[in-house]
Amino acid sequence: MFKKTYLSAALTVLLSHSFAASAANDPDLQAIREQIQQLKQSYEQRITQLEQRLAQAEADSRASVPVQAQPAAQAASESAFNPAILLVLGGTYGQLQQNPAVPATGFAMSAHPGHSQGFNLGESELSIAANIDPDYRGVATLALASAGGVSVENAFVQTSANGLKLKLGRYFSGLGYLNEQHAHIWDFVDQPLVYASLWNNQLGEDGVQLKWLAPTDTFIEVGAELGRGRGFPGTDRVKNGIGSGVLFAHVGDDFGVEHSWRVGVSLHQTRRVDAESVGVPDLAGNAVTNLFTGDSQTSGLDFVWKYSPDGNSRNSYVKVQGENFRRRESGLLTYDTTVANITDSHSVTQSGWYLQGVYQFMPHWRSGLRYDRLEPGIASVGALNAGNIISNYGFQPTRTSLMLDYSPSEFSRLRLQMARDNSRQGLPDHQFFVQYIMSLGAHGAHQY
Amino acid sequence: MKKIIFAALLLISTASHAALNVFACEPEWAALTRLLAGDKVSLYTATSALQDPHRVEARPSLIARARRADLLICTGAGLETAWLPVIVRESGNAAIRPGSNGYFEAARFVQMLEIPTRLDRSDGDVHAAGNPHIQTDARNFLPVADALSQRLILLDPANTGYYRQQLATFNQQWRDAIAKWEKQAAPLKGISIVAQHRGFPYLNNWLGLKQVAELEARPGMEPSAAHLSRVLNELQQAKMVLRAAYQDERPSAWIAERARINAVVLPYTVGGTAQAIDLFGLFDDTIARLLAGVK
Repeated sequence: MFKKTYLSAALTVLLSHSFAASAANDPDLQAIREQIQQLKQSYEQRITQLEQRLAQAEADSRASVPVQAQPAAQAASESAFNPAILLVLGGTYGQLQQNPAVPATGFAMSAHPGHSQGFNLGESELSIAANIDPDYRGVATLALASAGGVSVENAFVQTSANGLKLKLGRYFSGLGYLNEQHAHIWDFVDQPLVYASLWNNQLGEDGVQLKWLAPTDTFIEVGAELGRGRGFPGTDRVKNGIGSGVLFAHVGDDFGVEHSWRVGVSLHQTRRVDAESVGVPDLAGNAVTNLFTGDSQTSGLDFVWKYSPDGNSRNSYVKVQGENFRRRESGLLTYDTTVANITDSHSVTQSGWYLQGVYQFMPHWRSGLRYDRLEPGIASVGALNAGNIISNYGFQPTRTSLMLDYSPSEFSRLRLQMARDNSRQGLPDHQFFVQYIMSLGAHGAHQY
Repeated sequence: MKKIIFAALLLISTASHAALNVFACEPEWAALTRLLAGDKVSLYTATSALQDPHRVEARPSLIARARRADLLICTGAGLETAWLPVIVRESGNAAIRPGSNGYFEAARFVQMLEIPTRLDRSDGDVHAAGNPHIQTDARNFLPVADALSQRLILLDPANTGYYRQQLATFNQQWRDAIAKWEKQAAPLKGISIVAQHRGFPYLNNWLGLKQVAELEARPGMEPSAAHLSRVLNELQQAKMVLRAAYQDERPSAWIAERARINAVVLPYTVGGTAQAIDLFGLFDDTIARLLAGVK
């Protein structure tokens, strides 16, 4: 602006000065004045143009200098602080020969197989997460049930400092390896039998979780949870105090760049009150309803090992994992609540394990094999119920599953699964599943 | 009892603060940190040149190393979205949370290319902040080094003089090296190339390579046979097909054989080839391989 004013002023002064010396009231003078005026205008135009070009060039050079590229300021709006939203859409078709509601032999207390017959909406869930303030982060995951309705799968806040990690709310317990993983990242359509039978697929709890990560180069983490006892085998109740407790520890590391591993131990303790088991076979061959009140203690061991050539899991990898859980329950069992209604002592130790391997043999394609086994155990039954309750089933439920999946992108997966299910005595089942799992919205990060 | 445990924990966690612990997400930032901070830092590199930085697992070892880190140096721009948030969260280390001084994203300090005008996953694995593979243009290291040096000084003011000195040395050597590389790479200007992944816009922009096709139909998605044959038709003028060291060699080998062009593997980052031992070696080797590919 300055330059222009100066320059035009200088021109005017210069021109008018040099011409002012000659004639005064001449017709020529008028013409000269007009010429000067035109000259002045034309100069001013050209100067303006030059200034614009200069400004443009300055702006361009600023843009191309690769320093301090500031992200464009976003327009302020109500939605500017919207959290990350991830919607997982999943669906399954199951072709089964037996009714999936029949539980594994000896495990009548948990009748959730984790898979269904026919077309069904599998694990579709909506997850919302964001930082609440500099210290707290909140996560809510709502599961869309296939029967309709919405259930709160997770809803917790978390914070951390100095390796201490605190979680408050509803969360998946940190015990075992698979328990914390959401259904959309499972490697098979359903959970292993031991999870289906001992944890009702997954132990979710309302409570407090505290984990501590040791400041060492090897991953060493210990954790404790105090909860309501909401998740099976806990019996949800409205009462002061603590309904369940969990302790776990994980150790993990790498061997070179190609191998990584993690092992864990867990302990779970809860008191079961009037826990109902429906359709339990008795010695007479009837299906009865029993009630159990007593202590339940479960210990677990888990490991996972992953291998990928050059550590590049995008192209191919192998993942082998296994878990073992062992539960001891002891207390009072009421046999046949509707008719006989006889209560006496009852204790049993049951266990189960699985071993599975998943192999990504080329980008996008994976295959997997899983073997499941349960041990119903031999119960010690009080004298009053000795003639009623089956103490030894003499049968070990097993299952073998084979999986093949294809992931066109990071956000989609299509899966086929076949299983030979011998978990129910006298009811062998050949199962076949087709599944899709797709996620949209925020790019979720996955746990190990 | 609880108090004692807590005090013990605090003691353990604060006792290990001798040198600055640096957690570098990618080898190029580890190499840059080494040049700028020498032995004033203890350095851990989370990934290798043979790993796809988009798809790294949040392994226990990474979480354990992030636990004691004072400074996290990553590319940012969404490159590490699939694993870094889990690592930072699970590490329980407040010092390296996004937004804190211990969280350094190199992509914030360079001019980003290929910022998408529309965000839709039907376009593949697009990055909202622009293409994150900034390390293929040597010039980008200058502003990053400047910012990183400032960050080191902020976290470790006791060694300010040393960091300034190292930065000045780096700037001098790097500018000389850029001039040398640009001279060497002069014959590459205008050469047509094919890229396996949309990973070379900064390299192309720097050396004037002309990318005529990509083997991935959409970024982050493995090329299909149908797409490969389509690309083959566009290749008549291309000189070579480029891929990063961590990528599957089969797609570019397929194209190279049929289109009769050279398949060139670039180190992409430090350690990607035997010659790319440091940042200088990275670009020496990159340009040598490109020049060999033109012949």
